[in-house]
Amino acid sequence: MPRYQFREGVWPTMSLQKIDYSQFRRSPTIDLVGVEERVAKFNSRSIKKESKMFALKLAMSLCDLTTLDAKDTPGKVKQLCAKAMRPHEDLPEVPHVAAVCVYPNMVKIAKKALEGSKINVAAVATGFPSGMTSLKFRLDETRWAVSEGADEIDMVISRGKFLAGEWQTVFDEIVAVKEACGKAHLKVIFETGELSSLDQVRFISDLAMDAGADFIKTSTGKVQPAATLPVTLVMLEAIRDFYYRTGKKIGMKPAGGIATAKIAIQYLVMLKETLGEDWMNPHLYRFGASALANDLLRQIVKEKTGRYQSFDYFSKD
Amino acid sequence: MALKKKKTLSGGSVLKVKASVAPLNFGTQWQYVEALEGSDHVKIEPKYGLFIDGKFVEPHSKKYFDTINPANEKVLSKIAEADAHDVNLAVEAARRSYDNVWSKMSGKERGKYLFRIARIMQERARELAVVETLDGGKPIRESKSVDIPLAAAHFFYYAGWADKLEYAFSGRSPRPLGVAAQVIPWNFPLLMAAWKIAPALATGNTVVLKPAETTPLTALKLAEIFQEADLPPGVVNIITGFGATGAELVSHKGVNKVAFTGSTEVGKKINRAILGTDKRITLELGGKSAHLIFEDASIDQAVEGIVNGIFFNQGHVCCAGSRLLVQESVEKIVLRKLFDRMQTLAVGDPMDKNTDIGAINSHEQMKKIEGYIASGKTEGAKLFQTSCRLPSKGFWAKPTVLSEVAQSFRVVQEEIFGPVLTVQSFRTVEEGIEKANNTPYGLAGGVWTDKGSKIFSVSSHLRAGVVWANTYNKFDPTSPFGGYKESGMGREGGISGLLPYVQF
Repeated sequence: MPRYQFREGVWPTMSLQKIDYSQFRRSPTIDLVGVEERVAKFNSRSIKKESKMFALKLAMSLCDLTTLDAKDTPGKVKQLCAKAMRPHEDLPEVPHVAAVCVYPNMVKIAKKALEGSKINVAAVATGFPSGMTSLKFRLDETRWAVSEGADEIDMVISRGKFLAGEWQTVFDEIVAVKEACGKAHLKVIFETGELSSLDQVRFISDLAMDAGADFIKTSTGKVQPAATLPVTLVMLEAIRDFYYRTGKKIGMKPAGGIATAKIAIQYLVMLKETLGEDWMNPHLYRFGASALANDLLRQIVKEKTGRYQSFDYFSKD
Repeated sequence: MALKKKKTLSGGSVLKVKASVAPLNFGTQWQYVEALEGSDHVKIEPKYGLFIDGKFVEPHSKKYFDTINPANEKVLSKIAEADAHDVNLAVEAARRSYDNVWSKMSGKERGKYLFRIARIMQERARELAVVETLDGGKPIRESKSVDIPLAAAHFFYYAGWADKLEYAFSGRSPRPLGVAAQVIPWNFPLLMAAWKIAPALATGNTVVLKPAETTPLTALKLAEIFQEADLPPGVVNIITGFGATGAELVSHKGVNKVAFTGSTEVGKKINRAILGTDKRITLELGGKSAHLIFEDASIDQAVEGIVNGIFFNQGHVCCAGSRLLVQESVEKIVLRKLFDRMQTLAVGDPMDKNTDIGAINSHEQMKKIEGYIASGKTEGAKLFQTSCRLPSKGFWAKPTVLSEVAQSFRVVQEEIFGPVLTVQSFRTVEEGIEKANNTPYGLAGGVWTDKGSKIFSVSSHLRAGVVWANTYNKFDPTSPFGGYKESGMGREGGISGLLPYVQF
C-alpha cells in the first residue's frame, strides 16, 4: 500500500505523487445541539393504541436476547433460548426474537436449544469486550465461533488504535474479521461510550461500513454510557448516506441501556423517520438487550387488559 | 498473517448520491394513530364583546363576525366588531387609567401585576394552547411548547424590568409615553400580544390592543386573565375587528405610540397615516430570510434547520427561512436529504399531538400561497411537494420546495408566508452573501458551517436583524428582534424592547 510517511520538519509537496487518502478523515461533521434537538422531536411523538401494539411486537421481533456474563451456565442459556422462541406462554401472538447473543463457548448449546426455530445465534468475538489482544487470536476466536455454529459475529473494534489515529489498522482489522466470518453476518461494535464525540461516531461508522460491516452496533453493554438516542441517530444517518452512495443497506444495532418499551419505541420512531420502513425488520435492525423483552411483554399485557402486572409474572430468562 | 488489502478506506462518506438508488420508503406499514389533545376543559363563549375599561361590553355597531377553526371551518365564536366610537371609548379608558392610576403607580407595583399575569398564564397554559390551536390552526405541539411558554416568559421578563428602569438607561430617567395603540397579526396571536403588552405596561404605559380578525380568541382569554389578576380597569383594552378598526385605532388623536406587527404593505400605510403627528412608532414587518448552507456544514443538522426554518407554524413566520442558499458542491445531497425529510412531515389535524404541519390560517392566505406556487411554476421553477394527503375540509397547503429559481422570480423576492421554500445555489462566499442581501427585506438569516470564524465573518455581512448560526427560529425574551430595510423599524425584546415605550 502506498503510504506517505511524514518526516519531521518536511511538509509533503505536490511532487510526491502518491498520497494515501486513507489518512484523511472526510466524514461530515456532526452538530451535537442539532442532533439533540432532532432526538427531542422524535421523543415527542405520541404512540398510542394500535400503533403502540404494532411497535411493541415489532420491537420484540428485533431483539437480540443477550446474556454475556462470566457466570452464564448452559442451563441459563437454554432457558434464554426457550424464552427467545416463545416469549410468553399466554401470548402466542407475540413474535419470537431475532437472535440469541452469547459468548463463543455457549454457541453450541444455544444452537442446539434453538434447533428448528428461525432464531439466529450471535456470538461476541474478537476479544470482547475490550478487543485488547492480538489480531491473530481475535481472528481465531471468530473462526472458532463460526465453526461452533454462530450465524452472526459481534466484533469489537480496537478503540485504542482508533483514538490514536491508526484508522487504516482499524479498517484492515474489520476487513480481516469479515473474511474470517465466512457466511456469518458481521456486526461491528464501536463502544461509542469510549469515543468521546459524535464526529468520531460518524467517522467510525463510515469506516466500518466501507470495510464491510453488515451491521454497525453502538456498544458492548459493558461500558457506560451504552446506546443513546443521539449516537444512534448519527449512525442511522451514516447508514443512510452509505445507502445513497452505494445502494447497500447496512443494519443498525443499538445495544445496552434500552431497558424499557418506552425507550424502544422512541428508537423505532427514529428508525422509521430516518431510514424508513425498509429497515424495520430483523435483517436490518436489532436491539441488543436483556431486560427489554420483559418490559415489552408487560406493556403488551397492559394494552390487552388495561392493567399492569408485576414483573413476578414474567420469567426472568 | 497476511492481510489482503483489496479494500482501502475510501475516505468515509464523501457526500455523493448514486443515481440509481431507490428513494427511502416512508411507507404506511406503521402509522401513528391519532393522539388528540383533549379540549373538553376549555370554555369558549358563544359570543365575545369588546374589553374596554376592565369589562366586556357590546360594540356600538352591534355587529359581530365569526371566528372559525381553519382546520374544519366550524364557527368557534362570534366576535364584536369595533367601530370609531368603540375605538374612542377604548382610547379614553386607556387615557383615564394612564392619568389616574398606571403612570402614578410605582414600578415595583406594576411589576407585581405583570408577575401575576405571567403566573396565571402558566396556570392556564393548557387551555390557552388549545384555544390558540383551535382558532389559528397551528399544531398543538407548537402552541404547547413555543407560543404559550414564550408568551408567559415575556411577561416574566418585563415584570423584572418594571422597577429597574433607571438601570436600563444609565444616567437617564425614563418616563412613559402615554397610550399605546398596538395592532398584532394572526401567526402568533398570544405571543405577539405578550411582546406588545408586557414592555408597554412595564414602562408605565397603558394599552389598546387589536388582535387579528382570524385569531382574536387568545387575546380575549388574556383579557379574562387581566380580570383575574385584578389589573386596574383601562390599563389594557382589547378591541376586535378588521383592518378598518386597526386604522381607526392607530390614527386616533389620543394615541401616543403605535406598535404594529404584520405585513409590509399595511406597515407602510400606518407609517403614512401618522406622518405629521408626534406619535412614536415601531413596525415589525415582513421578511424573506435566507439560510446559507456552506459545504462544511453539518449537513443532516442543517437540513433539520431548514425544515424548522420554513415549516414551523406552516411558514406563517415573519422570520421564516424561506430562501435556501446552498453551496454548489453540496446542493444535490442537501436537496435529496431535504426531500426525504419532508416526506416524514405529518400534515393534518392541528389538535393531533403528532401533527407537524397544521392548517393554513385562512382561506385568503391559502389562496395567496397557491397563487405564489403557480407563479413560481410559470416563471420556470421546479416544484417538489410531499405526497401527504390533505383533509377535505379546512385550509391546507402541502410542504413545497421550488428549486431552480432565479433571484428575479416573484417567489424569491416577495414574502409568501406559507410552507414554501425556494432554493438557489452559490459558489463563493461573496456570492452567497450578495444573494442573501438582495431583497427588499432584512429580518433574519441563518448561517450553517462548522467553522466558527466563518460564522462571524458571514453574519457580519448579512443585513438582517437576527442571524442564527447552526440553528434557526430560536426566541427568547432577553433577545432583541427587529428588521432592516422593509422588514421594519425599532426592536422588540430585551433591553432594546423598553426603548420604544419611554421618553427621557
